[in-house]
Amino acid sequence: MMRIGVFFSAIGRSVINSIWRLGYATRFMALTLLRSGTSVTRFSLVMREIYSSGVLSLVIIVVSGLFVGMVLGLQGYETLKIYGAEQSLGVLVALSLVRELGPVVAALLFASRAGSAITAEIGLMKTTEQLKALEMMAVDPIARIVAPRFWGGVISMPILAAIFSVMGIFGGYIVGVVLIGVDDGSFWSQMQAAVDVRHDVINGVIKSGVFGFAVTAIALFEGYDATPTAEGVSRATTRTVVTSSLTILALDFILTAFMFKGV
Amino acid sequence: MSTDNLVEIRNLSFSYGKRSILKGINLTAPRGKMIAIMGGSGSGKTTLLRLIGGQLRPSGGEVLVEGQDMHQLSHQALFQMRRKMGMLFQFGALFTDLSVFENVAFQMREHTDFPESVIRDLVLMKLHAVGLRGASQLMPAELSGGMARRVALARAVALDPMLIMYDEPFTGLDPISLGQVGNLIRRLTDTLGLTSIVVTHDIHKSLEIVDYVYFVSDGVIEAEGTPAEIQASDLPFVHQFVHGEEDGPVPFHYPAADYAQDLGLGARK
Repeated sequence: MMRIGVFFSAIGRSVINSIWRLGYATRFMALTLLRSGTSVTRFSLVMREIYSSGVLSLVIIVVSGLFVGMVLGLQGYETLKIYGAEQSLGVLVALSLVRELGPVVAALLFASRAGSAITAEIGLMKTTEQLKALEMMAVDPIARIVAPRFWGGVISMPILAAIFSVMGIFGGYIVGVVLIGVDDGSFWSQMQAAVDVRHDVINGVIKSGVFGFAVTAIALFEGYDATPTAEGVSRATTRTVVTSSLTILALDFILTAFMFKGV
Repeated sequence: MSTDNLVEIRNLSFSYGKRSILKGINLTAPRGKMIAIMGGSGSGKTTLLRLIGGQLRPSGGEVLVEGQDMHQLSHQALFQMRRKMGMLFQFGALFTDLSVFENVAFQMREHTDFPESVIRDLVLMKLHAVGLRGASQLMPAELSGGMARRVALARAVALDPMLIMYDEPFTGLDPISLGQVGNLIRRLTDTLGLTSIVVTHDIHKSLEIVDYVYFVSDGVIEAEGTPAEIQASDLPFVHQFVHGEEDGPVPFHYPAADYAQDLGLGARK
């Protein structure tokens, strides 16, 4: 009987803690949005974060995009050949990338490259009392440190996803057209005819914008909430990557269901 | 409140959850004076500083700075008040991505519209005062502990505050650095007309440089007085602290069950 009581109280405690943390994260996010004025008036702060989150992620995005596109080209050709539709390779590569793989894989890479870096940086700033020092200097850490990183991430993510898709299409072109010999004109013209700007491209951009919002918000919150010890920062960084990745996949399903249902 | 007192703390208490840290502290910091708050590790000294800076909310009592209750101020008014305060953190808390120069210039860039030439001159003057003008282009990772503490001091006085709080400024310093930092704090207090509150457990250096000492133990002010009074005190707690005695009112052993019982010796009787 005792054990059952302990068991249920442990479940209750964990549920209450999770709800409390969710509430705390929501308040943190609301404060970040409310105190974003500095990011507008001093846009150079956001530019610096676009550089560290976006520009420094370019290598991994470009290389991954290229390889994902090359694999798509290879696998797509093998499958389309069965149905004699290898001329549609361009459509398959472009739609896969623009609708799904571009936003999702770029966001997963962004979470592990930039998200983990943001969490570690904010967590270490907390551990070394830099955030407290800012408060004591009458500088609001949410406005000065958190908000510029948030907007830097939100702006970078769609651009990175677009670059990922472009590189992927280029990779598909190299494998499909240059190496395998699919007709150049069919590859591009079928792609042009099948890919719709509003339906495919804009939806892809919206997806990557939502993923950028989610990943950056999770990374910032985990850093800000990290236990100020070496172990605490390491755990927070791991949580950022795991939570962000699961959130991206769950959000992708929800967004896809809304955007492409019945089409 | 007397206008002579810049900081006045009345019946201040604070708890973390159910754990009571401060239990009715009364303390004053007169203008232009340097006071020390001493006590063992974990006695609530740093918490007291964070309460004065308005970073924590007390569970009772009040902290008056310039006659204003720090915990009744709006967010904006609190930040205005903090512009008149400086704080030196235990390990400096320098911004590791900024150079020494930029660390000292940080508040000027955030809070003033000074032209770049003025900022440059002011920063170099502050760094010269702490003897580190030549280190202005170094990064915090390239500084020794004592140098980092001195840069943090230059940063804390960057905008000429009226009050500076020092959280364990002597921890981990070699004797030369300790002497330099200690004397620097005293000199800055005198020349800039600051009020200084030093939280420390370095009894000998503190008694050399401060004007008044408060001893905090178990959440209350256990003793207070001028350095001369403290040195002459025969209160058991003060005596133990000043002479670094291992056992006394502050016990060596953390409360525990009976030793023999813990070792299982009771059963053999």
